[in-house]
Amino acid sequence: MKAGLIVFLGSLLLAPVHAAKAQDEALKLPKSIKAGSAFSIKNAGGGEATLYIIGPGQVLKRDVKAGDAEYFPAKSLYNAGHYVVILAQASGTQTGSFDVTPTSTPDKLSFLANPSRLPIGVRHGISGAVYVFDAYGNLITAPTPVSFEFSSPTGAVQKDHATTNIGRAWTEMDSTSQQGRSKFEARVGEVTSERIIRQVPGDPCTLKMRAQQSGQQLQLQTDPVRDCSGNAVPDGTIVTFTETYAGGQSTVDVPLKRDIAEVKMPLHSGARFTVASGVVLGNQIGWEK
Amino acid sequence: MVGLGLALASSVLTAQPAVQVDTSQVQGPRQLEEQTKTAAIRGYLKAWQSMGDAFLQNRADLLDGDFLGAARDKLADTIGEQTKLGFQTRYQDRAHHIQFVFYSPEGLSIELIDHVEYDVQVIDHGKPISTVPVSARYVVVLTPAEVQWKVRIMQADSEPVDHPGSEKVPAGKLTNDQTVRSKAKQGV
Repeated sequence: MKAGLIVFLGSLLLAPVHAAKAQDEALKLPKSIKAGSAFSIKNAGGGEATLYIIGPGQVLKRDVKAGDAEYFPAKSLYNAGHYVVILAQASGTQTGSFDVTPTSTPDKLSFLANPSRLPIGVRHGISGAVYVFDAYGNLITAPTPVSFEFSSPTGAVQKDHATTNIGRAWTEMDSTSQQGRSKFEARVGEVTSERIIRQVPGDPCTLKMRAQQSGQQLQLQTDPVRDCSGNAVPDGTIVTFTETYAGGQSTVDVPLKRDIAEVKMPLHSGARFTVASGVVLGNQIGWEK
Repeated sequence: MVGLGLALASSVLTAQPAVQVDTSQVQGPRQLEEQTKTAAIRGYLKAWQSMGDAFLQNRADLLDGDFLGAARDKLADTIGEQTKLGFQTRYQDRAHHIQFVFYSPEGLSIELIDHVEYDVQVIDHGKPISTVPVSARYVVVLTPAEVQWKVRIMQADSEPVDHPGSEKVPAGKLTNDQTVRSKAKQGV
């Protein structure tokens, strides 16, 4: 009697497990398929049924005969993701799930590069992150080799190699000593993505001015203003001329034009003229009548 | 009894998912600030909410506030398919175990992995067909938009056996396939 009760209770406990197992066995699904590949779903039982394949990336619905194998041709499911399968019949539903995984062939890169413009000679000044996709726009999460290349206007090249981690890789590069348009490229196999980075001269390296009397004024003119690599500092960069004399001070901000800045300032006996741009201070000129 | 049913229905409607966040594995040279992390999570969870609404109402326009690019297009296509086939789906997220894995150096993307538990219900011509509990790993890429982080990539695969909840992540778990790099500079 006692043994019979234990068997009975055991059957009760095991019943849901058996039912669940029966459900799993009733729907024969692939564990996973590659995006875009053909697959089939087998189910047990009989009668009319509706088969749903559900995921945020795609849905399919098909009227089927329960007990038959349903064949899905290539490109039926191409968006990678986790798909729930429901076989709905009048007698109840069977459920299961499987994955669609990205193909391993890179087809497209999403390359985020920054900045689009920066001064020369900045260490780790340029950065790029790349995401690798297959032909269906699925992120390829398997490790994939990526190469980065940064070419300066003179042809000098910086290279970096990385392997993607969960679909992405990144790099940092230094800006070079030459101003101009530079090419920043990410490559995976034959697939490339390119960005143009404009390297501009850095701050002025030295400032030197000359003076020439012009009536009651003094004409001040800088030599061509260069950065420390010899690149011309861009027009529009502000150069500040300051005149200090007994009882006063005059300051004039002048934008660089064709590499030089010039200004006329009134002459005061004993005046001192200085020039500066950013943090760079140039030479000083004194005037005695 | 009816009151209890209504209360349950109401609690289901307003139920907030449990959220667990781990930033210990984030890679990249850029530091993930607390405000950025909070904003990214807010944007991501809001995206789940709007995805649920969009799929339930078969309205792709509800995605616009929280999804961008390929993620938005794929979800919108799916909603279009659902509409054609005459059914709706209800996505109800129950728990998120969010792991930040990458903050790109230029600050234009955040990648996270979400071990999410949710229910999917299929409603065909107004008739509930089945509700299936799902546990899946989502790879998500967020990018900053006008005023919030939006989802640009959202792709699921099945839940790995080892569940990397924030307390359970074995040290160095992500180091197996960490970015391997070698740098060469020529003529610079």
